[in-house]
Amino acid sequence: MPVSEQNTQLPLVETTPKRRFARLLTFKDALRLPIIIWQALFFIAPLIFMVAMSFFIVRNYRMTEAFEMKNWLKMMSRDYFWDSYGLTIGLATLATLVVMTVAFPAAYTLAFRVSENTRRWAVFLLIIPFFTSYLVRIFSWYVILAESGVINAMLGYIGLGPYIMLNTQFGTIVGYMTLTLPLVIILQTLSLANIDWSLVEAAHNLGCRPWRTVFCIVLPLARTGLIIAAVFCFILSFGDFVSPYYLGGSKPPTLPILIVDTVKSGQQWPRAAVVAVVMMVTLFIVAFGGIAAAYRRRVR
Amino acid sequence: MKSKGTILTQKPSRRTVLVYGGATMLSTPFISRAWAAPVEINMLAWYGHGEPDIVSEFEAANNVKFKPKYYAGGDNMLGLIAQSPPGTYDVILSDGEFVQQLNAAGYIEELSAADYPFDDMLYSDFQKFPGHWKDGKLYSMMVRFGHLGVSYNKNAISAEEAMSYSCFWKPEVKGKVGHFDWHLPSLGMISLYDGNGAGLWDLSGSQWQKVQNTTLSLRPQVGGYFDYGGTFNSLKNGEMQAMCGIGDWITGVLEKDGAPVGSVVPKEGGIQWTESYCIGKGSEKADIVKEFIQYMLSPAGQVKSAKMAAYPGFAITKSGRAKLIDVDRKEAERTGQIDGMANDPITLVKEGRIHYRNIPVQQSLEDWNDFWSEYKNA
Repeated sequence: MPVSEQNTQLPLVETTPKRRFARLLTFKDALRLPIIIWQALFFIAPLIFMVAMSFFIVRNYRMTEAFEMKNWLKMMSRDYFWDSYGLTIGLATLATLVVMTVAFPAAYTLAFRVSENTRRWAVFLLIIPFFTSYLVRIFSWYVILAESGVINAMLGYIGLGPYIMLNTQFGTIVGYMTLTLPLVIILQTLSLANIDWSLVEAAHNLGCRPWRTVFCIVLPLARTGLIIAAVFCFILSFGDFVSPYYLGGSKPPTLPILIVDTVKSGQQWPRAAVVAVVMMVTLFIVAFGGIAAAYRRRVR
Repeated sequence: MKSKGTILTQKPSRRTVLVYGGATMLSTPFISRAWAAPVEINMLAWYGHGEPDIVSEFEAANNVKFKPKYYAGGDNMLGLIAQSPPGTYDVILSDGEFVQQLNAAGYIEELSAADYPFDDMLYSDFQKFPGHWKDGKLYSMMVRFGHLGVSYNKNAISAEEAMSYSCFWKPEVKGKVGHFDWHLPSLGMISLYDGNGAGLWDLSGSQWQKVQNTTLSLRPQVGGYFDYGGTFNSLKNGEMQAMCGIGDWITGVLEKDGAPVGSVVPKEGGIQWTESYCIGKGSEKADIVKEFIQYMLSPAGQVKSAKMAAYPGFAITKSGRAKLIDVDRKEAERTGQIDGMANDPITLVKEGRIHYRNIPVQQSLEDWNDFWSEYKNA
C-alpha cells in the first residue's frame, strides 16, 4: 500500500479492535488509580511506618528512630500480653459465633419469607443504628444492663435477679453485637437472597426435610456471603476498644485496651505498634483464611 | 469634554455616594470583627479547665479565646508536649509531681514570684511546693488541690468502715470495687494500706513486692477499671460501691447531685493531687497567660476553681477560701473548707495524714505501669 494511502487511513486505524482494547485498558487503569493511590497512601504506607515504629525507642517521652528489638522482646515476654491476646481472640470468636447464629434466622426470614418491599424496609431499618454514634449506643446500654436497669427491673417483677451484666464479658459480647449484628444480618440477607430458590424447591420436591435443606442446600449456596459476614464480624470485634472498656469494665483488658494503656503510660508508641502489628497479622490470617474458604471450589 | 478627574477631585454623584456608602456599611462588620478578633491561647490541661464556667469571664474581659487540649495523667501530658513543637502550648496545667520533669526537659518558662500572691497562701508548704522551684527560681504556680482516699457508696459501706482501705476487701462489695484506671493513685493507696506512710513512693524491693502482693489480693473484689466517665457512671448507677484511686473530685460532683456517695481520708492516710499552672516555653502570649494565672489565684478565680463543674478542688488562698464561704457556705462546709472543721483539708495536711502525690522513687514509672497491666490481667 502506498505511503500516502496509509496516512489517509490513520484515523481509521485508531478504531481497530486492538487500539480500542488498548484505550479501554488505559481507561480501566485510570479507574483503578484512585483506589491504588488511596490504599498506598492510607494503608500500605502507614502499615510500613507502623512496622518500622515497632523498632523505635522512646527517650524522655519522645519517640526516637532506631532499629532495636527491645520492644518486641519486652511485649513477647510478658504474660499479660499473651493473656490479652488469647482473651481477644476468644471474645471475638465467641461474638462471631453468637452473631452469626442470631443473625441467620432473621436473614433467612428477610430473604425468603417476606415481600421485596418489606425486605427493603427491613434493610433500611438495619442501617438506621449506624446513623448514631457507636459510643452513644454503647452508653445507652448502661440504662438497660445496670443492676438497677431496665432488664433487672423487669426480671424483678417475676422474682428473679438482679444479675450483674455490666463490667462483665457478657457486657462485652452485647457491645460487640451492637456493633456487628445489623451489618451481619444485612450481609447474610443479601447473600441468601441471591440463592436460586428453584434449587431449594427441588430439594423439597425430592423429599428433603426443611433442616436438611438449610444445611445441605441453603448454607453451601450462600457460603461465600456467610463467610464474608463472619470475617467482618470477627475483624470488627477483634479491634473494638469501646465495648470491652465501657461494657466489659476493661476486666481483663483486650488488645485494643492494651494499646491504649501502653500509649497512655510513658507514651510507648513503639510497644503499642508491636501489639498493633500482632493484631494486623492475626487479622490478615483470619481474612485470607476466610476468603480462601469462601471461594474454595467444592471438591467431590 | 468633561474632565473625569479622580474620585477625590470629582464632585460625587448620588450614585457614587450610594455605592461607596453601601460598600462601607456592608464591610463594617468584617472590619470590626477583624479588629476585635480574640487572641487564641492554647491550653494543655485536665478536662474542665478550659470550659466556660472557668474561662468565659476572663475571655470576655481580655478579648482572648482559650483553645484547650485535654489529657488524663501526667505522663500523657509529657508525651503530648514532647511530640509538639516548642511554643505549641501557652499555658500548661500540670500535676504537681510532674512539674520538675517539665522543667528538666525545658518545656516551661521561669515565672516571677513577685507576680503571685504567696503571702495569701493557706499553708506555708504550698509556697515552696516540691518541684516548683529550682535554684531559687519559680517555674510553676500551684492553683488548686484535692485529696484522694476511700470513695464509697454510703448504702453499702458505713462511714466507720470507710475510715480504712480495708473496706475494699469487704466480702459484701466483692465485684463492686472499681479502680480509676491510672496506676499512680491506686498503687499509692495500697502502699499506704501496707503501712508505708510518708515513704509510700520510696519503696525498697521488698516493700514494692509487698505492695504488688496486696494489690493482687484485691483483684477478686474488682469490678472494673474506668476512665473519668466510666468512674462517674458506675458510682452513679450503683454498679461500683467503692472506688480506689479517686476522691471528692469525682464523688463531689455526684454528691451535689444527690447520689449517696462520699469520699474520706482513711486512717492510713490519703494522697494529695496538686494542680499547677506553667507558661509554655516559647509562648508569645506569656503576659496574658500570667494575667490568667493571677486571675485563677484571685478570690473570684479560686471560687470558680473550687466549684468547677468538671471536678471540684480546694482553694489554696485565704482570700479564695473566704470568698467561697461568702458565696457558697454549703459547698465550703461540704468540703471542710472552714477553719476549725475536722475535715479541713489544710488540717489534714498539717496532721501528716495527707501525702503529696509523687512518682515512684526507687522504681521507674514503667515498672509500675507494667505491674498495673499485669494486675488488670490477673
